[in-house]
Amino acid sequence: MQVFLDQVWTARWPLWDGFLLTIEIAAAAIACGTVLGCIVGIQLVFAPTLVRFPFRVYVDVMRGTPLLVLILAAFYIPSVAGLNLSATQAGILALTLFAGAHIGELLRGSLQAIPPGQAEAARSIGLTFPQMLAYVLLPQALRSALPPWINTGVELIKGSSLLSMIGVGELLLKTQEVIGRTFMTIEFYVFAGCLYLITNILLDQVGKTVERYAGGRS
Amino acid sequence: MTETLHPLLEIRGLRKQFGTVEVLKGVDLALNKREVVSIIGSSGSGKTTLLRCVNLLEEFQGGDIVLDGETIGYRISKGRRYRIRDRDLSRQRSMTGMVFQSFNLFPHLTAAGNVMLGLRKVRRLGRDEARAIAEAWLGRVGLAQRGDHYPSQLSGGQQQRVAIARALAMDPKLVLLDEVTSALDPELVQEVLNTVKSIADDGATLLIVTHEMRFARDVSNRVVFMEQGQIVEDGPPAEIFGNPRSQRLAEFLRNTRT
Repeated sequence: MQVFLDQVWTARWPLWDGFLLTIEIAAAAIACGTVLGCIVGIQLVFAPTLVRFPFRVYVDVMRGTPLLVLILAAFYIPSVAGLNLSATQAGILALTLFAGAHIGELLRGSLQAIPPGQAEAARSIGLTFPQMLAYVLLPQALRSALPPWINTGVELIKGSSLLSMIGVGELLLKTQEVIGRTFMTIEFYVFAGCLYLITNILLDQVGKTVERYAGGRS
Repeated sequence: MTETLHPLLEIRGLRKQFGTVEVLKGVDLALNKREVVSIIGSSGSGKTTLLRCVNLLEEFQGGDIVLDGETIGYRISKGRRYRIRDRDLSRQRSMTGMVFQSFNLFPHLTAAGNVMLGLRKVRRLGRDEARAIAEAWLGRVGLAQRGDHYPSQLSGGQQQRVAIARALAMDPKLVLLDEVTSALDPELVQEVLNTVKSIADDGATLLIVTHEMRFARDVSNRVVFMEQGQIVEDGPPAEIFGNPRSQRLAEFLRNTRT
């Protein structure tokens, strides 16, 4: 045990860097994915059929494709098209597209669950369509979408470990490098696993707290 | 019946279809300023649809609705009717206030917040001014102490009174009331009817759809009986309730008398 802890101490900075990169990638993906998901979700509910169709295809393709395949596609396809993305950028792109589809779909569900009387009341006092969305529908939809949204964040933290496959130096790849040096395979994999677990439990708790605070009165 | 040259609301030949079902088959109705008109009739007669057309919540296929001299909802270009732009629809909707059967308060806003939303975003008033108006109207419907309560913390009758305050605070030319007591427990009906009565006494122009016959008789200047998408009778309450001319109205009144 003492030997392992010594090795952890020796490898503390690479592991810390990997952990930070994992968090940064997940944060970037959830931020961009949320913006994308809001656009997608609103289109899925309100756009006319022809406009809605490409969004529907996007969501179904993203949700039906393994995340690893998405990551590899985001890594290889842009370079063929002459776009030079770093491995990290390609990884964030893949996770953003993945998150955008999931968040879009869950926002669609939340919006459609709002009783039609809400939109009618909003229109009857003279709110325009964008105002109705901003002040009446989205506040209600986002509140009920909050728990699954946090869940998407957890999925992204876990999914970011797949980026080790394209050489992004996040927590899993850094862990594997340390294992290559120390040969303490099980110990370091368990260690990395615990870091993921603790992060996600913390995120979950933050979500529960926010949910209680935001949802207490409705 | 007081007919002037320019009624506040004039509905001419209104036709409305849901798919192949014709729910309004050429409705003509005029309302003068400060007039209170109740529409009665059995379910499916088109009363609620008529109100929703006036509030532009429904599209309609034929006829005109003229509110204070302005044709609303549609424009004619080269002989064809077009629904007007969203922004113009919103402006015209704000000229009428609507109170719904199921209240439809915004659950994420307080009572005062519900009343303030339209004042802030549609009439573009400042926060303080909007709050003052909201509080005045909440006081007017007897809920001065409830401004900070959320809808879930209010009774059905209180929620409906907030909804009335929300509609009236926008200072609409015309207020539409769609079966405002139908979703209430019996003991809460009276407080809402009293509120409606008092705003009628203050000179608001009201178009009311109701199943409360005694209320229609008490509060209205005129009562309109609709059946199967048409207006069958239109007259002062004493005449409609006391001396129905058509067989169908007589039957309807017999069936609703308890």
